[in-house]
Amino acid sequence: MTVDSSKDLHTDYLEVMMGPSHPAMHGITQIKLFLDGETIISADVEPGYLHRGFEKECEDHRWNQIVPYTDRLNYVSPLINNVAYVMAVEKLCGIKPTPRCEYLRTILSEMNRLTDHLTCVGAAVMELGAFSGFLYFVKARELYYDLMESVTGARVTYAWTRVGGMRWDIPEGFEAQSYAAIKETRRILKEIDGLFTKNRLFLDRVVDVGVISREDAISYGITGPFLRSTGVAYDVRKADPYAAYSEVEFEIPVGENGDCYDRYKVRMAEMEQSMRIIEQALAKLPKGPVNVEDPRFIFPPKQAVYTTIEGMINHFRLVYDDVHPPKGEAYGYAEGGNGEIGFYVVSDGGNKPVKCRVRPPCFTIVAALGKILEGHMVADIVPIYGSVNMIGGEMDR
Amino acid sequence: MSIEAVEKIKARFPEAVEEAHRQAGDDTVRVQRDSWFTVLQFVRRVLGFDLFVDLTAVDYLAREEGLPRFEVVVHLRNMTTGKRIRVKSRVPESDPSIQSVCPLWKGANWFERECHEMYGILFKDSPDLRHLLLYEEFEGHPLRKDYPIDQRQPRIPLLASEERRFSRPADETPHGHGPGFQDKP
Repeated sequence: MTVDSSKDLHTDYLEVMMGPSHPAMHGITQIKLFLDGETIISADVEPGYLHRGFEKECEDHRWNQIVPYTDRLNYVSPLINNVAYVMAVEKLCGIKPTPRCEYLRTILSEMNRLTDHLTCVGAAVMELGAFSGFLYFVKARELYYDLMESVTGARVTYAWTRVGGMRWDIPEGFEAQSYAAIKETRRILKEIDGLFTKNRLFLDRVVDVGVISREDAISYGITGPFLRSTGVAYDVRKADPYAAYSEVEFEIPVGENGDCYDRYKVRMAEMEQSMRIIEQALAKLPKGPVNVEDPRFIFPPKQAVYTTIEGMINHFRLVYDDVHPPKGEAYGYAEGGNGEIGFYVVSDGGNKPVKCRVRPPCFTIVAALGKILEGHMVADIVPIYGSVNMIGGEMDR
Repeated sequence: MSIEAVEKIKARFPEAVEEAHRQAGDDTVRVQRDSWFTVLQFVRRVLGFDLFVDLTAVDYLAREEGLPRFEVVVHLRNMTTGKRIRVKSRVPESDPSIQSVCPLWKGANWFERECHEMYGILFKDSPDLRHLLLYEEFEGHPLRKDYPIDQRQPRIPLLASEERRFSRPADETPHGHGPGFQDKP
């Protein structure tokens, strides 16, 4: 006797809340899923759990005091945020940093790009079950955290740039340590490549998963590795070279299909390019001061503060009043780990910004996430979300 | 940035362009609020600025009398030529609304949602204007200049079931944890 059980089966759509704190998703975001079986009919992404009023706080602080806040945006590559922010203010002020400063910003930005990509890919493979893979990535990342610590004194929150320069020069022996770290990273990346790039288990989860078309990606405002995986070779470092990027040679790796696997490959290839940039920039590193010699922006040397009246006044003025960019507006942007990070600053001539808007690169990607997820299975959320590299600090500000 | 694009916008919409300037290398056009959508449609479809970079607003509360309070700002990039442009429009406090540009760029929606909750600017004909970063019950618009930085938000009322759990006096709770902890039966 056969029983027709199809009439008893529930065929309603199921509403599932994934997150806000889900073990297989890094970052805190809620995804409201409508499921037909295991297939996603629609997904509504709700961010905002890490919102802490970045822009409001900026409007209450002086220009140089905002630098530590920018650390907390994309906290896996804070120095790129520092650089992008001071670039916007320097653009408004019309000052150009010294050549040594430009090179050091380039070198340290690339080190942070490495930490960003290592964290992103490492966390993505960990969420797919390859926990040991994560340890390889973190091992390489630790090399750069140590290097950054030797320069800035902090492992994650650097606050290292200033309007018109930066806090310190690099310590002695930094070059040799960097070369050693790069050599070690190349070895680790080769191991990682052997672990994942042709791994059957990994390919099954990422190939042709999370595809986005070139036109859609541009229309959503997506930049960075996510856009380059679709085949668009847009990189701020090449398109509008800032710092010392016009003086070093590197390539922009692009993908073809715009799926999770292409994003993995683009990130892996970009790490090699970053190391190339660091090597070239270290070899060419010019001598000279790291700060512009302009008492409106940079503290005078201590000798001058104690012996001359001008030095004393300038020091006092900078401590009490900070910099005063001219009235107006400027949009400064740099290539962050996730894409174009931009700062739109408006000044009324005072020592606090009227507006300090940050254009977060992963915001646009997460905005497109709902559309990308449609038609996929629930399990595909994990690799797709991993390849987005959603950083809560930057996304929710 | 693109000076040609600014000239083309000026030639195409001579009465809509209120101001055009180039400061720190950024080309900027300020247009009338009523022609916001038409100008941006021209910028998107004819001039080819296809990458939606950013949309935000600025609150000029302390500005001289008579000038509209808000300014909505859009940054765009042309992926073919690599040029950039900034388009702005002034929005008065009495009627804080402007046409939505969601039909032109898919990415515009989330930026408009954020701008809506932070500044209270209404984007007309937008498909979705729910809160994005703030919670639903949030009162006021935090990025407006007249919203104090230390403003506190009212507590969200508890549900009836939650009310019962929290209504017990603090000294009657086990281990002195204060209200909220339930006794084990």
